[in-house]
Amino acid sequence: MLAYIIRRVAQSILVLLVTGFVAFSMFSFVGDPVENMLGQERTQADVDRLRGQLGLDQPFVVQYAKFLQQAAQGNFGLSYRQGREVSAILAERLPATLELAFVSGLLALGGGIGFGILTAIRRRGISSNVIMTLSLVGVSLPTFLIGILLIYVFSVELGWLPSFGRGEVVDLGWWTTGFLTVSGLKALVLPAITLGLYQMTLIMRLVRTEMMEVLRMDYIRFARARGLRERSINFRHALRNTLVPVITITGLQLGSIIAFAIITETVFQWPGVGLLFINAVQFVDIPVMAAYLMMISVMFVGINLIVDLLYFAIDPRLRVDGKAGGH
Amino acid sequence: MSEPVLSVRDLVVEIPTRHGVLRPVDGVSYDIAAGEILGVVGESGAGKSMTGNAVIGLLDRPARIASGEVLLQGQPIHQLQGAALRKLRGRHMGMIFQDPLTSLNPLLTVGDQLTETIQEHLDLSASQAHERAIAALDEVGIPAARQRIDSYPHEFSGGMRQRVVIALALCAEPELIIADEPTTALDVSVQAQIIALLRRLCRERGVAVMLVTHDMGVIAEAADRVAVMYAGRLAELGPVREVVTQARHPYTAGLMASTPVASQGQKRLRQIPGAMPRLDAVPAGCAFHPRCERAQARCRQAPGPTLQACDGRAACWFPITHEQEATL
Ligand SMILES: Nc1ncnc2c1ncn2[C@@H]1O[C@H](COP(=O)(O)OP(=O)(O)OP(=O)(O)O)[C@@H](O)[C@H]1O
Ligand SMILES: [Mg+2]
Repeated sequence: MLAYIIRRVAQSILVLLVTGFVAFSMFSFVGDPVENMLGQERTQADVDRLRGQLGLDQPFVVQYAKFLQQAAQGNFGLSYRQGREVSAILAERLPATLELAFVSGLLALGGGIGFGILTAIRRRGISSNVIMTLSLVGVSLPTFLIGILLIYVFSVELGWLPSFGRGEVVDLGWWTTGFLTVSGLKALVLPAITLGLYQMTLIMRLVRTEMMEVLRMDYIRFARARGLRERSINFRHALRNTLVPVITITGLQLGSIIAFAIITETVFQWPGVGLLFINAVQFVDIPVMAAYLMMISVMFVGINLIVDLLYFAIDPRLRVDGKAGGH
Repeated sequence: MSEPVLSVRDLVVEIPTRHGVLRPVDGVSYDIAAGEILGVVGESGAGKSMTGNAVIGLLDRPARIASGEVLLQGQPIHQLQGAALRKLRGRHMGMIFQDPLTSLNPLLTVGDQLTETIQEHLDLSASQAHERAIAALDEVGIPAARQRIDSYPHEFSGGMRQRVVIALALCAEPELIIADEPTTALDVSVQAQIIALLRRLCRERGVAVMLVTHDMGVIAEAADRVAVMYAGRLAELGPVREVVTQARHPYTAGLMASTPVASQGQKRLRQIPGAMPRLDAVPAGCAFHPRCERAQARCRQAPGPTLQACDGRAACWFPITHEQEATL
């Protein structure tokens, strides 16, 4: 098991090196930031000074090595656009995105597993059919459209919920949270639904399929033949076995919530890293783009690792640690 | 003799389909007494598993009991549903399936599965249930049961797993066990041990056992009486030695002639010509008549022979008679 974890960690590092290279390459191949930063009224001296300041006059390999070294310390240099530390800008924006992703993830996971179980157990019920039909809508409508529809209904027509921004936030010094104010919580509702809906329907359909598969297994039949209660059969016996294959996909889905947040944040003008990234793209603010890319890939890789470890926790067959006798 | 543990009376199981109603079980009647093993044999598709599932109330939809009675210790249970049926399962009747690899939940220890079942049916504390679970494993011959109780199913070999399955089926002390091909998926070397175990538990505890199998060797070894099924009906029912050596129904005779164990003296095995009819094309009269050498006009007419209408042992208008019998 230890060897397996070490191998997985090594793979993760390799993945990060590759994305690091892609992120870094953007500096050399996408536009010339200096042109953007200095307006029309520039002298060659200004250009050279700025190039030196940003380290753009050094050879490629040196720049890459320096980039990696700095990136490992969370240092991505100065934003071309704002002229401030990229890490400071990210740190300022990250709470908004993480809070949104957290609520959407919870929604996706809770709703997905809950509805998945419900529709698997009551396969023929009316509620199952309604949920399944609605879930089709969930998968087929693009995220931005769902966001706009929600804004139209709940903000424009009904006026219940705000259509943009985070509402009032409380500054804890190192973190700004919208969880502590009513307007902050209200502002979370629509973006969280928009962001989580797609993932929720995917998780729900996955749980449903797996659960129906598991409910057909011999050990479920045998559990019935032993007179166990339906509740125990469904949740103790079937659900656990359902979760084993569901975990991987679900983990990846939750990772993609943060990535997908770009669209939702744009629609709702949510002041998170996704919106920051979109603005950075428009301005060719390479350090911000690179930092965002690295951050997302670290999250994906991290989630993947956690998912692998969860496998071990849930499925005893993978825990081959010498305790096993038998055979 | 005292009241049988299980009485099945004219049991009919129907499956409604688009092309009409199928009858995988058609008028089956038998009793099993305490401490008795009834072997049930027949070709694949004869309705053996359906009969067992109907008794324990585990028919998969759309199959359902259309008529007939199932009496467990004299009480009718064929109309029970929901909680009433669930409370009987495990406590008064248990079932053992074919494949021990898939019968156990891979994510729960055998101890968890045992104590859960025990506590569901018996009013015991967690530690009492734990002790009882160890005793149950011990009884089915799991060595070092106290240590092995926290093992997961994958840590046991196939034969050991089937022992665990038997322990699970018996841990709340049911009076009836339905074993549906309990040895088919096991190594030949292990099969005999499992059969011996079933036999021992049946004798010691006075459990009634319905043992479904394809293996005439298993029947000869373990069963007290044997029921031969053909196309959902009972062809023959009688004490195992008599049925094996002196089959009265031509189908039984053919079945014996085609299996190695029962036909020892014979030079080569004989197959019965033809195949069992599909459920949607069971012929009128005796279902076996198209394949039967002895068939006559009467065999082709509805209604077909039943055990009760014939001599009580073979559902055949023209049963094979044996000379030794006449002298008995
Ligand atoms: N849902 C269904 N629809 C139609 N026919 C069915 C259905 N389920 C079972 N059958 C039929 O019912 C008959 C009885 O099946 P059963 O499983 O009892 O046979 P069996 O004697 O146990 O055979 P085997 O030795 O292969 O286990 C079979 O012919 C089968 O094809
Ligand atoms: Mg069967």
